Formats: sequence, structure tokens, C-alpha cells
Amino acid sequence: MVHIHSDIKRGLCLLLLSLSVLTPGTSQADDTLSVFACEPEWAALAKQLGGDRVDVYSATTAKQDPHHVQARPSLIAKARRADLLVCSGAELEIGWLPLLLRKAGNSKIVSQGGQFFAADYVDKLEVPQELDRRHGDVHAAGNPHVHTSPVNILIIAEQLSERLAAIDSENAAHYRSAFSSFDARWGEAMKRWQARLSVLNGTRVITHHRYWSYLNEWLGIELVATLEPVPGVSPSSSYLAGLIKTVEREDPAFIMYVDYVSDRPAEWLSERTGLQAIPLPASVDFQGGGTLIQWFDALADGLEAAVSKERNNAGG
Amino acid sequence: MKNRSINILKTSTSALLLAGITSAPGAIQAATEAEYEQRLEDLEQRLSNVEQSAPLSSSSTRGLGKQKQVTGNAFNPAISVIIDGVYADYKNDPEDYALSGYALGGEAGLAPQGFSLGHSELVFSSNIDDKFYGRFTLAIVEHEGELEIELEEAFFETLALGHGFTVRGGRFYSGLGYLNQQHEHQWDFYDAPLIYRGLFGNQYLDDGIRASFVAPTDLFFEIGAEAFTGNKYPAGGEHDGLDSLVGFVNLGGDIGASHSWQTGVSYWQADNIAREYGGHAHDHAGEEETPHFEGDSTTVGLNAVYKWAPHGNYRDQNFKLQFEYFKRDDEGNIELEGSDPLEESSLDGSQDGWYLQGIWQFTRGWRVGARYDAVDSDNRGSDTDVLDEAGLLSNGHKPERVSLMTEWVPSEFSRIRLQYNKDDSYQESDEQLFLQYTFSIGAHGAHSF
Repeated sequence: MVHIHSDIKRGLCLLLLSLSVLTPGTSQADDTLSVFACEPEWAALAKQLGGDRVDVYSATTAKQDPHHVQARPSLIAKARRADLLVCSGAELEIGWLPLLLRKAGNSKIVSQGGQFFAADYVDKLEVPQELDRRHGDVHAAGNPHVHTSPVNILIIAEQLSERLAAIDSENAAHYRSAFSSFDARWGEAMKRWQARLSVLNGTRVITHHRYWSYLNEWLGIELVATLEPVPGVSPSSSYLAGLIKTVEREDPAFIMYVDYVSDRPAEWLSERTGLQAIPLPASVDFQGGGTLIQWFDALADGLEAAVSKERNNAGG
Repeated sequence: MKNRSINILKTSTSALLLAGITSAPGAIQAATEAEYEQRLEDLEQRLSNVEQSAPLSSSSTRGLGKQKQVTGNAFNPAISVIIDGVYADYKNDPEDYALSGYALGGEAGLAPQGFSLGHSELVFSSNIDDKFYGRFTLAIVEHEGELEIELEEAFFETLALGHGFTVRGGRFYSGLGYLNQQHEHQWDFYDAPLIYRGLFGNQYLDDGIRASFVAPTDLFFEIGAEAFTGNKYPAGGEHDGLDSLVGFVNLGGDIGASHSWQTGVSYWQADNIAREYGGHAHDHAGEEETPHFEGDSTTVGLNAVYKWAPHGNYRDQNFKLQFEYFKRDDEGNIELEGSDPLEESSLDGSQDGWYLQGIWQFTRGWRVGARYDAVDSDNRGSDTDVLDEAGLLSNGHKPERVSLMTEWVPSEFSRIRLQYNKDDSYQESDEQLFLQYTFSIGAHGAHSF
């Protein structure tokens, strides 16, 4: 080993100095607002409202479970350059986001103005009365999957457009008018979905996780059981066997599950009870260029098909 | 009935919106109260349009989320307790353990035969305010019947320096290696790799300061520098300055949605150290002699980690491949404390080693793993007898070890692990079996990549 003792010491001290000189030149590369979205639905919403004024990155895809993401190097690098963080909140990202923020060294998204948590703006369902890990991976703030209700999307969209306008005041008018046009289109789309899905009012279902609670509330769908015994815990075979009795007693119409989880529990129960198991996309295919309206259209297609098939079965 | 619930929804939504606006600091500045009134009315109008078109659930639970209790402990830090224990079974006597070519120190020893409590930890962490984060970790261990409380971590870290900079100060694990920064309970095997055991006494932590910088690039690029007092093993001695310096560079990224990687290099320099080995040599009369190194030490490290998870979903299946290499050069004197007359020798030491491990989670809750360890050494000095007594001569034996493990992880908070080692750390080959439990109570700890 070559001996460079004193040089090393001097080198380490110089390192910091040189870095602090380096940085001002490398940040502020352009004036588009950089948005780091934790989930693809918020990425899609930010893109919808921001258009070419924003550069949006989604930390997860619709095929990923946002509870279980790792604070990977690539995410740290993206968070490092973000101007605004848009996430679900309500502890959904608690396993990785705090660490990501600490590692990224980005003061913009640590300040309150640089953090937008969608769940802060809507009423949460299923706020636990008792916090105990026996109940699984429960969220003290309530169910964080707020994006599954179109009503929530609208409330959050307005708040997000206001936030974008506050951060990037030069383009404030753009964000507000983008919200107005989104509002109009979304209102139309909601009427369409409602017309297609009103038949679901009063329908009973089984879901894998309490992922669709907000959608179900909007549509008047009643949850009779979940495939997970408690949130975040895979069902055991004895628990699933117990669900057969629940099906006999409660007579649900079908089983809903997000398509990123294993289809085995749903298929198992489906085989034994004759209930349809309906995989539904968890979110927008943002990386594939999808939009929120396309996603809800796909949900409506899936649910509508499930209903008509169930009617046919019941009729025949 | 339906009209009533619509009204309730409307009122609660208005209240909610108001709460939302008042809690959104960015939005407040621009608008006046009148504007809010207008906006509220607009939104109410829109919502009532929505209501007319949308059926409402009969069992609405809206409003429940509003009841927040404000109590004194709402601002308590995240607290977690790690409960850890092991049942160990050895072919050889664990007291005889040695690593050829390495004098051991720190926490390098083996757990006793039979049942013993491991490394129990008490961790407090929280954002201190909008500028700082802090963490405090106590390790509670029993050494030869004595309960010892060790302050493992006590550091603050900046949150808001910005421009990619973070400064950490206090007591913390050095960033000189991938595994070195992880707590013992996060390791994928019960025991540390041989090279960590041989060079660092399992892990290097010290009191000092770290500055790190993440570059504004798509490729993750982190560079960091640490300055420690140099008081802790494998440095040591009395230091009134910062005599232990570490520099590291890490790179990382993704390949598609399913693959990610990280690689790093590190350099560590500790000058004028007095390293007290914990191992005991015995002279011919049976007197206890403790090897003691004084001089300068440099270590280079190299690490690489690759992870695979289908579509980035780590929950059900994932694979992790991890490699680290370290090489240390020591330049100075070795003496055997307690010898009379004092036995000493010059030391021109060179020790290196690596490990490669792969962990496969084949289904949710079940993981299997394999690890291979190899270390080597070339220690020279003026008196080879002294080096031999200190344990620094390998006498032609190259230590290696093969480990296999399987674990059941019912949740993020519990783990039961079975591990088998074929351990050739010294001439007499040992077989080791560990049955370990690790439970974590309390806050949901975020684990790094």
C-alpha cells in the first residue's frame, strides 16, 4: 500500500469544499417542475394538471405493491432532484419514504410545501379504533388507498393544482385552467361510470385486501370478508376454508383483488364456491402512457363484466 | 334518509376542505378568504352534482377520521425493541475459536454453546424538527454473566441542507462497507462475514462526523467522507483529534422494473492508533498476554449488491446477491501486554478477504441463503514468535467457511432462522448450527437497500 496519509486527510477536507463549489452549476438545470410521485395514480394526476410544465416520475408501477418498496439507489437519485413529492400518505409509504427523504438530501421535498399527501385532503375510511399488530399491517391514520374513489380524485386534483400553482407561481394560471378542464372531463366520466355501475349498489363482495374500500363506498358495494385474515398477512388454508362458510352465509356476488397480488387465494375460493374472481388493475399504467380516466374505464369494464356474468349465472 | 346523508356528506366535505386548505401551507399565501369562500361554493356545487349522479353507501363512515386526540405522547419518537436470541451447537469448543492470521478483538467471539440471548436493542428515532433527524440505539448484551449496556448509536442527521448534502454527527456505524451500516438484526446470516469479524470485530462504529453528497444525476452517485476520533476498535487509543478518516463512493441504479444494483468503494485511514485485541495469548508459563498494536492502518473496501424482484414486488419473491472485499495494511509495532520482559515486534501486516452470499425468497415468508467466506493474511515482523503468539501468523492455513441458512419470516416483525456453518477459521474444522429468533416490537423500521 502506498502511503499517502497526510494527502488523504487534506483530500477529504478538500472534497467537501470542491463539492459545494460543484453543486450550484449542476442543480437548476431547467425550469420544468420536477415531481416525484410515490404511486402511478398521483403521477398521472400531476401530469394531467401540469402538462409540459412538469417532469413527472413515478416511484412505483401499477404492478407494484406500494406498501413494500425498497429505498433503492435509483429512487434516491430521483428524489434528490424533485421539487415536489406527491404521495398517498396515511402511512402507506412509511416503510420506505422516510428513509428515502433522509438519504436524498433534498430540502425542497422535506419542507411541508414540497410534500403533498393526498390522504390529507379526504376523509379516511376504516380508521382503527385500536392499534395492535395482531390486526396486521394496519394504518393508524385509516385506509390509505384513497385514489380508488373518483370523488376523492376530484377533491385531491383541485388541491394538487393549487399546490402546483403555489410552488410554481409563474405557471399558476396554467395549473388552474388544467384543473378546470380536468374537472369537466372527470365529471362527465363519473356520470358515465355511475350509469354503468349503478347496478352494483347493494352488491356484496369479497376483496383480497381492503384496497377498494373507497370505490366500494362510492358504488354502494358491501364488503363481507377479505381474503387476508388481517391486512398484509397471507391467508392460511384454514382461514380460507372458513371463508367458504362466509360465502354460504353472506352470498357475495364475486371476489375482487388487485392484479399485483398472487391470484392463488382468490382462485382457490373461486373453485370451491363458484364465485368469480375478478383481477382489477391497482392503478394507472402511467409508465405505459395511461391516464386516470382509462384506468377507471378499465375498472368499470371489469366490474360490469363481473356483474353481467353473475346475472347470467344466477339466471341460468 | 338519503337527503340527510347527502347533507352530512356536504357539511363534512366542506369542513374537510377547509381543514385541507388551512393545512396546506403552500396554498394559503396566495388566496384571500373571499377566494376560499368562492372556491368552497364551487366545490360544493360540483359535489352536489356528483351526489345526484352517484349512489351513496348506506353505511357511510365519513367523518370518523376527523376525531383526532391530541395527547402529550403524540410526538413521542418511533421506538422499537429488538429481541434476539440463539441456540448454538458446535462440534469444537467455541472458546477455542481463532481466525488464522488474525488477532481478534471487538465482538469477534462466538456465542456460547447452548442457549443465549443475543444482541437486544432499544432504538429511538425521530425527526427532531424540520432541520434534523436523530437516532439513539442501546444494545443490551450479556458478557460472562454481566449485563452490559452499550451505546451503539447516538447521532443527529441534517434533513434540510439541500443540494444533496447530508451531515451526520455523533456515534454511528461507518459507511466503509455495505454490511457495516446495517444493524446486526438486518443481516441475512446469524454471524458476520469472516472478514468483518477479523478486521472490525464484526462492525466499526466510532464517534465523529460524516458529510455525504448525492449527485443530481439519474444514476445514483453518492460520495461521502467521515472523520472519527479513532478511539474505537479496530482503531483505539487516546485521540484528541480526528485520526480515523473514511471516504466512500457508491453508485447504483435499476435495470428495468425488476433489477437493481449498487456498488461502492471505500478507503479508511487511521493513524497513531493503539489497537487492543481482545483475544488472549498464553505464554509458556500460562500467564495471560494481550496483543496490542500501535501504528498506522489503512483499509480499502469494495462492495456490490444486486437485487431481483418480479416487477419490483419484493413481497412474494426476491433474490439478493451480495459481495464485499476488504484489504487492510497495518504498519507499526505489536507487543504482548502482560509479558515480562515485554515481548514486542515490528509489524508490517496485510490482511484481506471476501465473501459472496445469495439469498432467495422463494415464497412469501420463506428465505434460503448460502454464503462463502475466505480470508488470507501476510503479516511480517522482526520477531515471528511474538507475531505467532499474537495470533497473527496463519501458519499456512487459509481460513474459509461455508454457510447455509433458511428462515421463516411470518411478518416484517418476526423471524426464525436456522443456519449451518462448515467453518475452517482455524486448523480444526468446526461445524456450527444456529437456531435464532429475532423479533421487533414497536415502530415500523425502514430498512435501507
